[in-house]
Amino acid sequence: MNLTLKIWRQKNANDKGKMVDYQVGDISGDMSFLEMLDVLNDQLINKGEEPVAFDHDCREGICGMCSLYINGEAHGPDRGVTTCQLHMRMFKDGDTIFIEPFRAKAFPVIKDLVVDRSAFDRIQHAGGFISVNTSGNTIDANAIPVNKHDADDAFSAATCIGCGACVASCKNSSAMLYVGAKVSQFALLPQGKIEATDRVLNMVKQMDDEGFGNCTNTGACEVECPKGISLENIARMNREYLSAALKG
Amino acid sequence: MSGILNSSIGRKFAMALSALFLMVFLLQHFTINLLSVISEDTFNTVSHFMGTFWLVQFVLQPVLIFGVIFHFIMGFVLEVRNRNARQISYAKNNGSANSTWMSRNMIWSGLAILAFMGLHFYDFWFPEINTKFIEGDMSGLLPNGEFRYFEELQHKFVDVWRVVLYCVAFVFLALHLLHGFSSAFQSTGANNKYTKGLQGFGKAYAIIIPLGFVFIAVFHYLNQ
Repeated sequence: MNLTLKIWRQKNANDKGKMVDYQVGDISGDMSFLEMLDVLNDQLINKGEEPVAFDHDCREGICGMCSLYINGEAHGPDRGVTTCQLHMRMFKDGDTIFIEPFRAKAFPVIKDLVVDRSAFDRIQHAGGFISVNTSGNTIDANAIPVNKHDADDAFSAATCIGCGACVASCKNSSAMLYVGAKVSQFALLPQGKIEATDRVLNMVKQMDDEGFGNCTNTGACEVECPKGISLENIARMNREYLSAALKG
Repeated sequence: MSGILNSSIGRKFAMALSALFLMVFLLQHFTINLLSVISEDTFNTVSHFMGTFWLVQFVLQPVLIFGVIFHFIMGFVLEVRNRNARQISYAKNNGSANSTWMSRNMIWSGLAILAFMGLHFYDFWFPEINTKFIEGDMSGLLPNGEFRYFEELQHKFVDVWRVVLYCVAFVFLALHLLHGFSSAFQSTGANNKYTKGLQGFGKAYAIIIPLGFVFIAVFHYLNQ
């Protein structure tokens, strides 16, 4: 198929940036979206032009590096997939495709379609961990009984790959689905309960300090999340936070 | 504790509490207004009680005014902060693919309701405060010795354009409630096995209450 691409080009973090039109041809429906961009970049390199910078790593929906806003949706029009898992069969010959970086004040553009998502790392550093004695007396995690329902919910929350699609999709650039998942995966397990109060207070404070917006429960994040992280995690984080704040 | 309102979750919790309070008030307002359709005498009696009982006038009314002002101010504060969180907009954004129009436009439906409240206060609340607390007439009576409440209500719905304005405002109220009801519960952390049922109840509330207000306005227009 032949496509018209409207791509955000920005030389560096300080450049103003703009949308630039490109034509690509001979695109197979079996290609992934990133392979289509590889074809475009080959074409640009052959012409002596600067290739389009975009994030990618595993290309199998695990690492959370790919981060494109395609035709007005994070990771494009398909559901439950990252951009690297998006196939070109989702598009038709002659289509015009808008490709933009994830937009948020807390995710500044580094170059073209590459954004700095280290705000997520700083939130994780603020409390997304448990303290375990590793001096030789470590208790085997399997020796601690865990309710099956809680274990399943904790595992579901832990499938968050931190890609940032929730922030990109949210009209408020809220990171509450991400933080809700990271708080939940520990809050539901016995190992996480010891530091639960400090964890949620510190992670929410860091989230606010990073400049993410407030959740208004539109649910866009849940729909666009490639891992199907549920809004229940935001509600759980709200409960955890309010309970922790009242405790002081 | 004071830090709660400085956090994003604390602010949305406070927003949700004020919303839940206003939804309870709305139900009470609707119930009393519905009496005007069922029985003129009962409506007059209840209106006089609500308009003169000290607990309603000097405790519940100030709490309600605070709730309304707080809800609007907090709504604007959240809107400004949220707009600031994305300084460059998308060239193409397909919001309808993942969220409802109501959820994305709470500020606009809220502003429409705020504008309507100006008219509503001009019609009913300011004259009521003037009669009772400036002119000092707490009798609730007309010169002919009958209660004034039903007649004042009906008199406001003589003009068709006022009826249309009220009906349009109730449509915006329905749109606001269609997202606001379930959103308030989610913000308080209530998302469990009852959520689906609560969402259904919320949709019914969001449609029935505004539709009821439309019915009352049209009823009085047609029964002049």
